[in-house]
Amino acid sequence: MSNYIKLIALGLITLCALIAANYARDLAYLVNALTIALVAAGMFLWVLRNTDEPVVKRDLSGEYHDGVIRAGVIATALWGVVGFLVGTFIAFQLAFPSLNFEWAQGLANFGRLRPLHTSAVIFAFGGNALIATSFYVVQRTCAARLWGGNLAWFVFWGYQLVIVLAASGYLLGATQSKEYAEPEWYVDLWLTVVWLAYLAVFVGTLVRRKEPHIYVANWFFLSFIITVAMLHVVNNISIPVSIFGSKSVQLFSGVQDAMTQWWYGHNAVGFFLTAGFLGMMYYFIPKQAGRPVFSYKLSIIHFWALIFLYIWAGPHHLHYTALPDWASTLGMVFSIILWMPSWGGMINGLMTLSGAWDKLRTDPVIRMMVISLGFYGMSTFEGPMMSIRAVNSLSHYTDWTIGHVHSGALGWNGMITFGALYFLVPKLWNRERLYSLSLVSWHFWLATIGIILYAASMWVTGIMEGLMWREVDANGFLVNSFADTVAAKLPMYVVRGLGGVMFLAGAIIMCFNLYMTARQGPATQATGSAVPAE
Amino acid sequence: MADQSKKPHQDPETTGHEWDGIEEFNNPLPRWWLWVFYATIVWGIWYVIAYPAWPLVEGAPAGYKNWSTRANIAADIAAAEAANAGMNTRLASAELTAIADDAELNGYAISAGGAVFRTWCAQCHGSGAAGAKGYPNLLDNDWLWGGDIAAIHATISHGIRTEEDDDTRYSEMPVFGDILEEEEIVQVANYVVSLSGDAPDATAVIAGEMVFMDNCASCHMEDARGDREQGAPNLADAIWLYGGDFETVMQTIEGSRFGVMPAWNTRLSEAEIRAVSAYVHQLGGGE
Repeated sequence: MSNYIKLIALGLITLCALIAANYARDLAYLVNALTIALVAAGMFLWVLRNTDEPVVKRDLSGEYHDGVIRAGVIATALWGVVGFLVGTFIAFQLAFPSLNFEWAQGLANFGRLRPLHTSAVIFAFGGNALIATSFYVVQRTCAARLWGGNLAWFVFWGYQLVIVLAASGYLLGATQSKEYAEPEWYVDLWLTVVWLAYLAVFVGTLVRRKEPHIYVANWFFLSFIITVAMLHVVNNISIPVSIFGSKSVQLFSGVQDAMTQWWYGHNAVGFFLTAGFLGMMYYFIPKQAGRPVFSYKLSIIHFWALIFLYIWAGPHHLHYTALPDWASTLGMVFSIILWMPSWGGMINGLMTLSGAWDKLRTDPVIRMMVISLGFYGMSTFEGPMMSIRAVNSLSHYTDWTIGHVHSGALGWNGMITFGALYFLVPKLWNRERLYSLSLVSWHFWLATIGIILYAASMWVTGIMEGLMWREVDANGFLVNSFADTVAAKLPMYVVRGLGGVMFLAGAIIMCFNLYMTARQGPATQATGSAVPAE
Repeated sequence: MADQSKKPHQDPETTGHEWDGIEEFNNPLPRWWLWVFYATIVWGIWYVIAYPAWPLVEGAPAGYKNWSTRANIAADIAAAEAANAGMNTRLASAELTAIADDAELNGYAISAGGAVFRTWCAQCHGSGAAGAKGYPNLLDNDWLWGGDIAAIHATISHGIRTEEDDDTRYSEMPVFGDILEEEEIVQVANYVVSLSGDAPDATAVIAGEMVFMDNCASCHMEDARGDREQGAPNLADAIWLYGGDFETVMQTIEGSRFGVMPAWNTRLSEAEIRAVSAYVHQLGGGE
């Protein structure tokens, strides 16, 4: 019966998408509508083929729902490589502008590829990593199967559709020009649906838990899911110019719009890239180290302090702008008080290793997790420092900001995700161990040196251009033209690109290693049953 | 936990909970962490009293330090203007040709003019003033409208082909694609190219010279060395604004060109215009 309802719904979606494609006012909208029509038609056929087939009912409540996590692991690794590849390419586009090929104007020039890179890395790589690991962690620490049956699959595939629609839209010029919130109105609406389903699966599983308490990793995951829902909805309030076009107009304007955008933008960092990944850290580090978490008290205090303080820190992105001084002051003050709560996660992770430090010598996976905490600590110190108005007046609009973001994204988010993938793949594919630990070491060193090249070159070029912009002669006249400061950055841009090449090479090695693990590693007994830990 | 027995005995108590094999120690908050956290909170309380931080109905009080980004930047600008006021007055009232002889004034003018150039002119003429296609090189001896300081000053003040300025430099080359036959354009283009290089079709040059004398010489002069009164470029010096290859010369003759520069007297002060005139004049080509 439910299949008939599905068929009607999918048929209607296909029809509506085709009508929308017919009346499309721009190319991006047309391509997106056709994509939706194609997906819905494909699903229609798939459901049709399965309708009225005999269904074998099996009680799955005693088993973990790991299929969707396996898919999430694959998606994470593949989107990661795509994101790193685009990033490396646009790094070289900045160094050598002739890579903005004439024949690819309006498709693959820097302006079109840049949001593709940021969204691919943050939302496709990071987002899939968060969804997959949160599904894994919440099941293990609740000793319960994911709630909602196939709803978890809906979350996974729905999210992939968001990525494809957003990415193809960017290349064809659909953007609402809000950093990290570029997708247009219909993609935003669809993401809202997917995200609420994600929230439902996660909370449903928590409610079903067989453990008396909720583990700290799940606090972080839950705060991330709820806050991102709120941020996403508020920052994307807009009115479409036409129901058949991709362009929309923001509800807020001027400095209100800027403040809403950076309230969103900073908390995308705070909740997506910090709280969510701390959830990851709180499960995989104690598991891989085989040691208890350092301090329960610290985890409580730093959790509540972190989520209370982070949400106020956005105005530090708008120092010395049209934003009123009082808002800028508050953003700076909350950012600085945030320093210790951020470090609480690092301390709790690093101190968890006390008594197991020898594993750093023998286990490259834990080395990866530890260095991710090192980069986390470094960027959560650098962030509050850069939020100080006097520092910001030098650092703002320079490459220093880019370096800061990447020491966080590559070092913290990237490395902890790689560690989690190395942990997960043998477990999910029932293999005894990874295909090759020495390849993990290769990945570790390539990625680490790549990040260091990246961050160091961006410090140099950022501080250099900041100083060049403000350099004045004895009479108070500017010494450099803007183009002079751009020309001076070339060597550092090349170094940055090389760092990207190394990081990308490491990720490709990882994909190979994970693939070989899944394909030919020796099988072990299945571990997928949902039994509460003793 | 698997290896509880192997742990050193100083391990603290755990909370007694366990999730998928993970336990938690009951360690206290690290003291240094707590005290730094407190210190940042205390500092934050002081900071929001000292600086504007409280949005009230009638606006945000400035804090006891009475600090304001807008007031600070206004004060900085006023201080810079006050510091240079004397020199700017001298510059604005000096004879243009006398600036170069006054070492102090000249040094100031070149320093100020360089900053004006890098801010307003470099976008088209390049930060080194070497120009680009359609934007004249200011380093050489070739001038469209004159290269002495008075001519440079007039060009910068009133711009080139700026509709809003009655004193702007103005001239217009006809679109010869509408006037001449295609064959004639090919001939005259060959002639123009031959003046400073090798024409692709040497047989057309003689005929081209006839076309040139009838149609072009009134502005570019019979010797093709141009006329600064009309901004007509010298075509014989191998310096090209849009390019001297046959194809580009054909394009120029067929479709004409209409280069525009803003009149800067609506955006820059007289002292700034004089400063940047002195700067451009001393770059190498000044007459």
